[in-house]
Amino acid sequence: MGEIGDVVHSEDYIYMCSDPGQLLIRNAIREEGLEGVVVACCSPSMHETTFRKAVKSEGLNPYLCEIANIREQCSWVHRGDEELATQKAAEIIRSVLEKMRQNETLETLTMPLTKRVLVIGGGIAGITASIDLADGGYEVILVERQPSVGGRLLQLSQTFPHLDDARCILGPKRGEIANHPKIKVMRYCEVEEVKGFIGNFDVRMRHKPSYVDWDKCSACGVCLERCPVEIPSEFEMGLKARKAIYTWAPAGDSGKPVIDRGRCRHFTDENCTICEEVCPERAIDYHQQERLSEERVGAIVVATGYDLFPVEMIGEYGYGKVPDVIDGLAFERMLSPLGPTGGEIRRPSDGRIPRDVVFIQCVASRDPERYMPYCSRVCCMYTAKQAKLLKRKVPGAQPYIFFMDIRTDSKGYEQFLQQTIEEEELIYLRGRVARVFREGDKVTVWGEDTLANRKVEVHADMVVLATALVPSQGIQDLAAKLRATTDKHGFLTEAHIKLYPVESPTKGIFLAGCGQGPKDITDTVAQASATASKIQALFSQDVLFQDPLVAFVDPEICSGCGLCVHVCPYEAREMDEYRRISRVHEALCQGCGACIAACPNNACELRNSKATQVFGMIEVFEEKRKRGSVNEGTRSGN
Amino acid sequence: MKEQGAGIELPERKAGHSFIQEVQDRCGENIRLCYQCLKCTAGCPTAPYMDFNPNTIIRMIQWGLKQEVLESKAIWLCVSCEACGTRCPNEIDIGVLMDALREMSLEQGYRAREKGIVALHNAFMASIRRGGRVHEATMLMEYKLRSRDYWTDLIPGMKLFMKGKIPLFPRRINGMDSIREMYRKALKKAETKRG
Repeated sequence: MGEIGDVVHSEDYIYMCSDPGQLLIRNAIREEGLEGVVVACCSPSMHETTFRKAVKSEGLNPYLCEIANIREQCSWVHRGDEELATQKAAEIIRSVLEKMRQNETLETLTMPLTKRVLVIGGGIAGITASIDLADGGYEVILVERQPSVGGRLLQLSQTFPHLDDARCILGPKRGEIANHPKIKVMRYCEVEEVKGFIGNFDVRMRHKPSYVDWDKCSACGVCLERCPVEIPSEFEMGLKARKAIYTWAPAGDSGKPVIDRGRCRHFTDENCTICEEVCPERAIDYHQQERLSEERVGAIVVATGYDLFPVEMIGEYGYGKVPDVIDGLAFERMLSPLGPTGGEIRRPSDGRIPRDVVFIQCVASRDPERYMPYCSRVCCMYTAKQAKLLKRKVPGAQPYIFFMDIRTDSKGYEQFLQQTIEEEELIYLRGRVARVFREGDKVTVWGEDTLANRKVEVHADMVVLATALVPSQGIQDLAAKLRATTDKHGFLTEAHIKLYPVESPTKGIFLAGCGQGPKDITDTVAQASATASKIQALFSQDVLFQDPLVAFVDPEICSGCGLCVHVCPYEAREMDEYRRISRVHEALCQGCGACIAACPNNACELRNSKATQVFGMIEVFEEKRKRGSVNEGTRSGN
Repeated sequence: MKEQGAGIELPERKAGHSFIQEVQDRCGENIRLCYQCLKCTAGCPTAPYMDFNPNTIIRMIQWGLKQEVLESKAIWLCVSCEACGTRCPNEIDIGVLMDALREMSLEQGYRAREKGIVALHNAFMASIRRGGRVHEATMLMEYKLRSRDYWTDLIPGMKLFMKGKIPLFPRRINGMDSIREMYRKALKKAETKRG
């Protein structure tokens, strides 16, 4: 590279991104008076910021530093052919040099910053993030689609590894958010629309009609008693009925009630008005309408949590056919003192106390062919915990646990498991279950103990399935509204698994809890606090700084056709009606280039990626091809 | 559909549930601690010749498969090298466990599926009792008489003899008193256990 005319300095170093590496760049700028820097290294998404900062510290404009990525599309894909890969790397560097020659000095854009946060999801993740942010002095809007906050944690009994009661973890926090002056909790409410970008999101919320005036309601519960309609309760995992007017969680946890419009006899044809008649506070309002509200926030935390995999789909486990086959959450409800059985373990079919209970792990998890390829991370631990609690509640009970591997990947977990096995005499059977079916009043489980290399058959009283965690319903819709990305299972993707694990690639969107991937309470809380910390760092500035690598319009050429306005996904383009040309909202523009491709007369360009620069880069490769030293394979790679 | 259920019926394990307790009381090891890492089997020099690997023996004790365990070749092929117990992450001394299983097998009259193995053990123990260490010639003779298997390994035996590997006369050790005392104690203990 040193042989190229305007290259005055070239340097090779193994870790250019490290401090000594950066020092080499800085020294070169100082000593040789460089006017631009090209770093040939990994992807710019990794360390562009690092190098631009280094360059800036020597007084050079950071936008005169460019990254030539010779990793992803070069060294990684041409692993077998070092000679050609090296040639290709050289061509990539040449092309970036060509771009650099036409780079302009640019100044960082500033834009106003709304220091308020929207938190979507009122589980332990959302609650933790809200409290941390509110304690930091920022206003928080917490949106929960159910009538009360608490999320899945509210359904749990005791939590591993210390067997803290879920309520003891959650209770004080729920109280805190309800009374915190900086937190506005919106229950029974969903995000309808999100506009704008980091620093200034305009969010429209849809408040679902509860048909109960919560200001008047004293949560006395008379309506719940008198309502004639019974439906299996979602909260109790179908182990108990709820009424058409109901609170999300049972008494003692209750928020204010809502009416299930689809099931209420007032709204179906019978015109029942019992709840209205019995309500001492006259809080029932059948005429309540859906209401929309708008809020402007600077950042959004997505803490949408998880659902369980619909295990009816797995025929061999008998779920849905055999009443005494239940999932892990249903068993949690049984263990809960406020649950449908008042904390007693009673099997659903006949209410008898079960003795032999089979637990099956990895139900739909770690099954790439048929269901979910990933590990759901919490099942090994909660199964051991449930078996332990079963033994405590039912002396003489015998848990049998079918597993593939036992994963105890956090502090104190392995000790918890070993202690449990030792003390509670659990029987762990390594192998997947072949079939679960009803035989008399027993549930027969056929499986294999691959450690003893024998088939086993258990005549159990009850079977508990440790079902895979999947993203909560509606995540895809929400992600689309937020312009956040999800993986193929629907989990929200992070910007970088190690460098930016709580940030969405969409700026201003932060991820906490199981919406990003299965995790336990410890990790969820840590992640939620991490989002709060990141947002507070963001809000510590008075204005928001943004890359100036945005679109601009040549007013001499623009014909005002407006095509760019339609193609812009960020609503950053607008027509200047007076001058009849198109305008760029620099604060909104993300430099995606859609408008540049759409513009019919090339009036629109991207800063430091102008057409002349891009064509210049292409010409570098073209010259090389004409010289004929690049063979077919490499050219197709370009 | 029932035919597939040829597996062990696990709740019935409770009838044999005393077996694990019996074994644990006998050897003083906590057999429930085993998490089947297979370290014992990996280091076992005789595992390739066993009908069940050491880890499988532990599993079978957990299942209460008493007869199969006490009749197995495995418990008799164990040479008490103690590699398993030394390496076990849960400190289960499998050598001691195997000893206890052999004792139980003998006491309760189970027949080992390895031919002549009990005779070999008895000949070995008797030889040590006599001289404080093994005297191969008399031990082998005793084994042949006990097992009534006179011809096996005769030629290798002759070769060893010709090379002087099987000395004619036994050499006594110095601490014979201690040996006698050990035998006396052990036999008394066994006596009280049986009685």
